[in-house]
Amino acid sequence: MSRLLVCPPDFFEIEYEINPWMRLSNRVNHERAVLQWHGLMSVVEKDLGVVLERMTPITGLPDLVFTANAGVVVGRTAVVSRFRYPERQREEAHFENWFRGHGYDVVTVEEGLCFEGAGDLLGFPECWFGGYRQRSDIRAFPVLSERFHREIIPLELVDTRFYHLDTCFCPLSGGELLYFQPAFDPYGQIAIAERIPNERRLSVPEDEALRFACNAVCVGKHVVLPAGCPTTERLLQERSYQTHSVPLDEFMKSGGSAKCLTLALD
Amino acid sequence: MAQDTASETMGLFQETVLISGHIIDSLLLAKVLDIILMMGGTFDLEDVHIGKTREEPSRARIVIRTTSKELLDDILKAIQPHGASVEREADCRTADVPADGVFPDDFYATTHLPTHVRLNGQWVEVDRIEMDLGILVDERASVARAVPMGEVRRGDRIVVGREGVRVSPLQRPRERDIFGFMESQVSAERPHGHVIADIAARMRQMRDRYRRGQADSKVLLAGGPAIIHAGGREALAWLIEQGFVHLLFCGNALAAHDMEADLYGTSLGYGLTAGRAVPHGHEHHLRTINRIRSIGSIEAAVTSGVVKQGIMAACVRQGVPVVMAGTIRDDGPLPGVITDSVRAQSAMRAAVPGVGLALLVASTLHSVATGNLLPATVPTVCVDVNPSVPTKLADRGSFQAVGLVMDAASFLSEVARILGRSA
Repeated sequence: MSRLLVCPPDFFEIEYEINPWMRLSNRVNHERAVLQWHGLMSVVEKDLGVVLERMTPITGLPDLVFTANAGVVVGRTAVVSRFRYPERQREEAHFENWFRGHGYDVVTVEEGLCFEGAGDLLGFPECWFGGYRQRSDIRAFPVLSERFHREIIPLELVDTRFYHLDTCFCPLSGGELLYFQPAFDPYGQIAIAERIPNERRLSVPEDEALRFACNAVCVGKHVVLPAGCPTTERLLQERSYQTHSVPLDEFMKSGGSAKCLTLALD
Repeated sequence: MAQDTASETMGLFQETVLISGHIIDSLLLAKVLDIILMMGGTFDLEDVHIGKTREEPSRARIVIRTTSKELLDDILKAIQPHGASVEREADCRTADVPADGVFPDDFYATTHLPTHVRLNGQWVEVDRIEMDLGILVDERASVARAVPMGEVRRGDRIVVGREGVRVSPLQRPRERDIFGFMESQVSAERPHGHVIADIAARMRQMRDRYRRGQADSKVLLAGGPAIIHAGGREALAWLIEQGFVHLLFCGNALAAHDMEADLYGTSLGYGLTAGRAVPHGHEHHLRTINRIRSIGSIEAAVTSGVVKQGIMAACVRQGVPVVMAGTIRDDGPLPGVITDSVRAQSAMRAAVPGVGLALLVASTLHSVATGNLLPATVPTVCVDVNPSVPTKLADRGSFQAVGLVMDAASFLSEVARILGRSA
């Protein structure tokens, strides 16, 4: 049974601008945000049968809701994130405490290196991919690769709108990849093609990519994704995935969607 | 500033970066190298280690070179986000000379390539670079120069280990002549015509530069007595008279036979015009040496009119310095021959700065000795009928020498003819 770490959106707000989606003038409708978050949780818990671990929200940390950036969990080891922006660095201690309190061996990357957790490190059982340039430092990946004995292919993120790897790249349980190719440079596109054959690469159209179609949660043959991405849903259904679309536009005001709101624990 | 000129022509702005991780399949290494090239730099890929399994990381060491400091900084800035980090630089390490004439253990042995050492955080060019020496540094003055083992004094500071030492490969010169290839392919079968024409063109260019007082414009000729025996004496004398040669390295024999030819018309007893052994001709060089010894010096012999023509006479008249290094089999020797080989080596070394072209003609001993003293940046030609001489020179590290397997007289006559001497 899968477990996901989540954090209720009690204090979710736009309090600063650290990605192209965030606008201080674009206020969050708090009520809607809470409804949308509970809608997502309900699908994940009831339809997907996932166990949710809820963190305690903290006032003044609006983005604590995006637990995908807490770190990355491998077995009983948690690599806690080091955020690029001071606005989110304040979250680090809370994520670390949570992991420690739940019996994880906590690891950090060396000081001075940024690493934003499962937002920038995703993969298949054998081969992982690391997004860099926007948030995480490429130098974090060799360290993690050595620690976990996994190949990590670094991919440069060349479009600031897709500032984390999980905004444009979503590995699926059957070995397919849902992704938005133009978010990568030609070197990255070739590197992806080398690892994932053409027939397993599902290219999301730009309008749906901009609705964060790739910021999806895949558990078994279920994929939870933001509403308004019919082409992506069809691509997934053709591969016999069951799709669950959830309205999450309040969180898109912050540049996050389904995947950003969850962290896979095991 | 001379440093700037040298840096520009030699492309000496460089930095070493390291990159590691899964850099091959991610095309990260390719991307970094492409960035360097696209921005106008060049690189050498060193110590590439490719992981044996998918999990094992790969790593590469990249030496980046540019023609300006700004471009180097721009390139470094562009590749650092892709994981290329500047190799941690350290000053060179030095140790005290323990006793006069003795290098400290683990001394850095030089090559004849342009070399820099890092002193107090700055890269400083090693002055008078030459192969097989040590590097003497004055840390306070931030200067460094190559120094032979025998010349160091107790308490001198000598570079030890390899840290903080940079050796730059030769850049292709702009001239598209034979020296542009800077490689010592030695073959008797190669056509000589264009090689000799290129050498002559360089000599003409050097003479112009020398007359304008420009740096590194001296032509050095190191030669053996075969020049005289084979009939190259007049051609060489003409080249000296015309201002194409500015420095001569030779031994006792070349000078003795040159003046023997003037006094007796023979070279080692052979009539130079008749081509036959002259009765008692083998004594001529001894009588020549004796005569000069009685006069006191070659210069006096020329200025007093005893020696009228030939190579030595031309050198005296043109004020061309001659360094004569003696050997164990010498007769006499002539006044001015340095019989202490370490002193002779020092005298040759002292004369080398400013040389811009070296012709090593018909002498194994003097060719190899001179080759050892020259920086790799000096275009060098080695002419000998015996292919083993240019080969030996190359084997001893003077890879920049162009080897020409031919007779000395033919070579000198042809060069002189191209430069305007009527046959």
